[in-house]
Amino acid sequence: MILVQLVADGLLLGAVYALLSSGLTLIWGMMNVVNFAHGDFVMLAMYIAFVAVTFLHVGPAVFVPLAALMLFGLGVGVYFALIRHVMRGPMLAQILSTFGLGILLRYMVFWVFSANFVSLPNRMAGGVLAIAGLRLQDSRLLAGLMALLLTVGLHLMLTRTAFGSRLLAVAEDRTAAMLVGIRPDAMQALAWGIGAACAGVAGALIALFFYISPLVGDSLVLIAFVTVCLGGFGSIPGALVAGLAIGVIESLSAWFIGAAWQDVVVFALFLLALWLRPQGLMGKA
Amino acid sequence: MSLLAVAGLAVHYGDLIGAADVSLTVAAGEIVALLGANGAGKTTTLNAIAGLVPPAGGQILWQGEDIAGRPAHHIVARGIALSPEGWRLFTRQSVEANLRLGATRLAVRAELPGRFARVYALFPRLAERRRQSAGTLSGGERQMLALGRALMSAPRLLLLDEPSLGLGPAVVDQVFAALLTLRTEGLTLLIAEQSAELALELADRAYVLQTGRTVLEGRAGDLLQNPEVRRAYLGG
Ligand SMILES: Nc1ncnc2c1ncn2[C@@H]1O[C@H](COP(=O)(O)OP(=O)(O)OP(=O)(O)O)[C@@H](O)[C@H]1O
Ligand SMILES: [Mg+2]
Repeated sequence: MILVQLVADGLLLGAVYALLSSGLTLIWGMMNVVNFAHGDFVMLAMYIAFVAVTFLHVGPAVFVPLAALMLFGLGVGVYFALIRHVMRGPMLAQILSTFGLGILLRYMVFWVFSANFVSLPNRMAGGVLAIAGLRLQDSRLLAGLMALLLTVGLHLMLTRTAFGSRLLAVAEDRTAAMLVGIRPDAMQALAWGIGAACAGVAGALIALFFYISPLVGDSLVLIAFVTVCLGGFGSIPGALVAGLAIGVIESLSAWFIGAAWQDVVVFALFLLALWLRPQGLMGKA
Repeated sequence: MSLLAVAGLAVHYGDLIGAADVSLTVAAGEIVALLGANGAGKTTTLNAIAGLVPPAGGQILWQGEDIAGRPAHHIVARGIALSPEGWRLFTRQSVEANLRLGATRLAVRAELPGRFARVYALFPRLAERRRQSAGTLSGGERQMLALGRALMSAPRLLLLDEPSLGLGPAVVDQVFAALLTLRTEGLTLLIAEQSAELALELADRAYVLQTGRTVLEGRAGDLLQNPEVRRAYLGG
């Protein structure tokens, strides 16, 4: 029974990893840029949740959409202010620019909130749902289900709507996209907005059950990078499968080997998987 | 007044010169061929008209208005569509999705079914393959899709870059027959072709480009029958 419980916990956490990684993989798929500030976007969203709860006394029904909206704006802004320009520069400039942006964000937060760990009050979705012998924390259940829904929704938007088709068109061939009347700039800005919003929602959801600090993005984004690699760069279904798998592996290894070892297990399996299948689970060779 | 009038067009790729001095006109309802050897500047000229490369000089008058340097998405909305060299299809998306993308600039959504019907009537093969991804199509089908995608924007002027390139004679016949049908429907065509013979059979008039300059202009029939012209410019 404990096994089922551990898998369920792992799946719920894994869904959040999947959403987190979807934003990263979407931006990569659109324009072959790795957003090294992605973890700091997540961290920012967690502080947005913290501020909204502390000062506005609102619940997740407000602070999750709020974080999504603010991060969407941030993503679009970052695209126009930064990415659009460094895209014309060398690869290293692209890497350093998002890396630098991340550092800027974390020090701004550090300056305002100091390095202290904070967290949302426990009463926030603090119940436990007992179902079919499982005990699921409300906060994790809410986070997992919402993340799952949004990840699947993002995939459906990309594959089933005219808007998604335009995004994919720009991703595949910018010039051809221009020829049919698409403005690639607008699409790439929206991709940055959506990618950042994914980080925003994921961060706000994680804040429900995780500590918050200026550096919290680091460990989370590392998981996201592993998820993206494992799932295949640019693939959202890949990110979903890989995210869920990593969630379960973490949960199982934390129980059976010890929480201190869970990262080691995840990365060992990651290296093994890459060795067997360098293009990722769902990536193209 | 001509629909399109290009005068003294120059395009530079850094230090390289893609077009030095290209001038041509296209009247409404005409089929005009743009001929020339490898690297003569045909693609450069079409791309400049379509807004893919900014001209370094010259004019591109479209219905009397200078559109030189306008971005491609603006130009397709004004009624000029390009079926580009190498087709540049969205290979990971379905045939239908490619066609729908061609209609991105469509203002009235209710017109969409009619446009699909027109393209599918022209190329029934595309209708059969509409759920297939464009990456699985044969060369002939890809050319049809590139043409169909350009037609989905309901252009007044269609620019075609090497529609016969890499295709077998049967498919070429099929594609060129479709072009004739389009002409009877009132579409105006500017076609870049290396195989002059093919293009001259279809076209009313033709221009010959050499190292980025228009060096010759004439009625298609005259050019076809002039042995000197054929030897000097058309490789035969
Ligand atoms: N993107 C580019 N960058 C640099 N030079 C280019 C580029 N495109 C074309 N050129 C150069 O510009 C000149 C004209 O090329 P263009 O492709 O327009 O010729 P073309 O008549 O279409 O030839 P082809 O029959 O091979 O298609 C050539 O010398 C070519 O090398
Ligand atoms: Mg060419």
